[in-house]
Amino acid sequence: MQATSRNFAANSRVGLANENLQQALDIMTQRGFPLRRREVVARLPEFEALRERGREIKDHTLAHLDFYLELYEENVVAAGGEVHWARTPEEACQVVLEICRAAGARTVTKGKSMIAEEIGLNDFLEKSGIAPIETDLGEYIIQLRHEPPSHLIAPAMHLVKEQVADTFRAAHRTLDPRRPLIEARELCDEARALLRPQFLAADVGITGANFLVAETGSSIIVTNEGNGDLTQTLPRVHIVLASLEKLVPTFEDAATLLRLLARSATGQEFSSYMTASTGPRRPGDLDGPEAYHVILLDNGRSQMLGGEFADMLRCIRCGACMNHCPVYAAVGGHAYGWVYPGPMGAVLTPSLIGIKEAASLPNASTLCGRCESVCPVKIPLPKMLRHWREREFAQKLAPRVWRNGLSLWAWVAQRPALYHALAGIVSRVLGWAGGPRGRFRSLPFAAGWTGVRDMPAPEGRSFHSLWAERAKTAGRG
Amino acid sequence: MVEGRARVALFVTCLVDLFRPTVGFAAVKLLEQAGCTVEVPRAQTCCGQPAYNSGDRADAKTIAVQVMDAFSGYDYVVAPSGSCAGMIRLHYPKMFVDDPTSRARAEELAARTWELVSFLVDVRKMGEVAAQWRRVATYHDACSGLRELGVRDQPRRLLASVEGLELRELLNPEVCCGFGGTFCVKYPEISDKMVSEKADDIAATGADAVLAGDLGCLLNIAGKLSRQGRQVEVRHVAEVLAGMTSAPPIGAPRS
Repeated sequence: MQATSRNFAANSRVGLANENLQQALDIMTQRGFPLRRREVVARLPEFEALRERGREIKDHTLAHLDFYLELYEENVVAAGGEVHWARTPEEACQVVLEICRAAGARTVTKGKSMIAEEIGLNDFLEKSGIAPIETDLGEYIIQLRHEPPSHLIAPAMHLVKEQVADTFRAAHRTLDPRRPLIEARELCDEARALLRPQFLAADVGITGANFLVAETGSSIIVTNEGNGDLTQTLPRVHIVLASLEKLVPTFEDAATLLRLLARSATGQEFSSYMTASTGPRRPGDLDGPEAYHVILLDNGRSQMLGGEFADMLRCIRCGACMNHCPVYAAVGGHAYGWVYPGPMGAVLTPSLIGIKEAASLPNASTLCGRCESVCPVKIPLPKMLRHWREREFAQKLAPRVWRNGLSLWAWVAQRPALYHALAGIVSRVLGWAGGPRGRFRSLPFAAGWTGVRDMPAPEGRSFHSLWAERAKTAGRG
Repeated sequence: MVEGRARVALFVTCLVDLFRPTVGFAAVKLLEQAGCTVEVPRAQTCCGQPAYNSGDRADAKTIAVQVMDAFSGYDYVVAPSGSCAGMIRLHYPKMFVDDPTSRARAEELAARTWELVSFLVDVRKMGEVAAQWRRVATYHDACSGLRELGVRDQPRRLLASVEGLELRELLNPEVCCGFGGTFCVKYPEISDKMVSEKADDIAATGADAVLAGDLGCLLNIAGKLSRQGRQVEVRHVAEVLAGMTSAPPIGAPRS
């Protein structure tokens, strides 16, 4: 998809003015995921120890990624599957198309996959004459609306249910226009009824992967709708789309991370469904695909290994960082302008599409640290946001007026005598001008501040000047 | 309370210096009550955080070295701000990974640098204050103090000893107020949304005052409450703990 991360500020204004989005965000942040996460974490005394273990598992795997990737491929092949290595989104799309063509596929069902979003798979398949059908309810809704996801695990979280009802009425023309579509249940039932024949008719099923297990060559997905199982079990061909860093050494490791995943994501102890697939249907199996393919996407990730942003590869895509991010809660996911929103997106997006395109994102944070404090694998997101700001600064990407202002301030801050003289003058002038009201309604050089809030006036003297006076008086006394 | 005097250097912070010297004097008073001798090194300006958070490592490092020079030799360095104390404690050592000499100095400084209220409670073992303030107040946990330094219970414990004060918790005390240094002017609309929610949360408690340990947040919150015409008194927690509440609240008219 075409990135609009460059326009984060303008995008965010659109989000702030969108009443439906604001209502949806309020529901999520006030009554939704953060609250449920807090409750479920409080019930698990070893949660902190589990986070530490999760971090270790991912760090260990990343440190030996070459080894585990090869082991994984060996075991996929041993189970009768095939692994395809894709360096770029284009390569990954091409492999999907070749597999679909070889299978004579016309329709494809899809489970939720952020990698499919990253490589723009739906558009590509449609242009190639293959109809992809999203089966995750949220993805299904946004596919009908031709929108990108706005959240990692709740792709349609920017919508309220009235909008979903409108979307369904517009798309499902064959159904009775007078049918009630008020309750969430009615919306779910309608989507379920329409998707059921699609599951049965699909030639190829594409899923993502939450984890890839090296020791067995298995892929693991979790869902709450069961759509992933139908997607990967019913069609003749199953394609798993995943990026390199989804790998873990053992099933035991995957189990540890699964305990963290649902709790961090939705506040559930465990997802409703957890499915592992290992190769195609074996003789005697009651169901399963005839062919099993894994497409492993790099798209810049191997370049992140060993660098400043390597920690980001631990991410298990739970969405906790955005659920707890006050900036995300204010503007929603679409403002970030590409596939990955929120704090993890602000760190990952510049790695994948370049800092020039995405420099706004690392700046769109107060560095409040709430994301890091809830991350199940302890990714130091604020630290990496700062690293991107360093790159931005080094490449002089920020507006000149900002850079000059910063340089001037830093120059003064390195000259204490001058600094104290200036601070003394500024506090006196502003203290005097703020006068009896104690605040400014507008200040010409601080319009960004006074456009939305008053500027409290200084008390009138700098601390250092008062302290010096006090010391002098004490000296005399 | 800990026996024996400690020689403490006050890191005033640039915002307290410029906007609210009362907070600095409140900090001095509290430190003296806790048995400390307080000095204010003249060679201090700012901790360098604006440069650090804007990606300007070179200037941030130069300023950090200046701070290390200015504050060498004291038993402790104390700041009435979790943000500036967090900068010195956590971020200075990280800036000098390639420079063992400066790194050692940064670590040495970090080890004796504290945020004011946690210093009083955790180091000086202050359990109560002799202050009076007849208010219903709520408390906002400033981000750096809370998440970088673990400042949460300490101010509440001391506030509980203030005579006449009732503390009512916010629904979301740990959510950022939207200040974020340059963030608040780079993304004013988002910052506005965040501080408006904070103001709503404050108003919903019915408290007549809001306190916090960082002046950046307080200026932001006071500015929003005042723009909304809400009559809520905004003060740094040190003012209340020191019993120095005679100055007008932040952003309030001078009487």
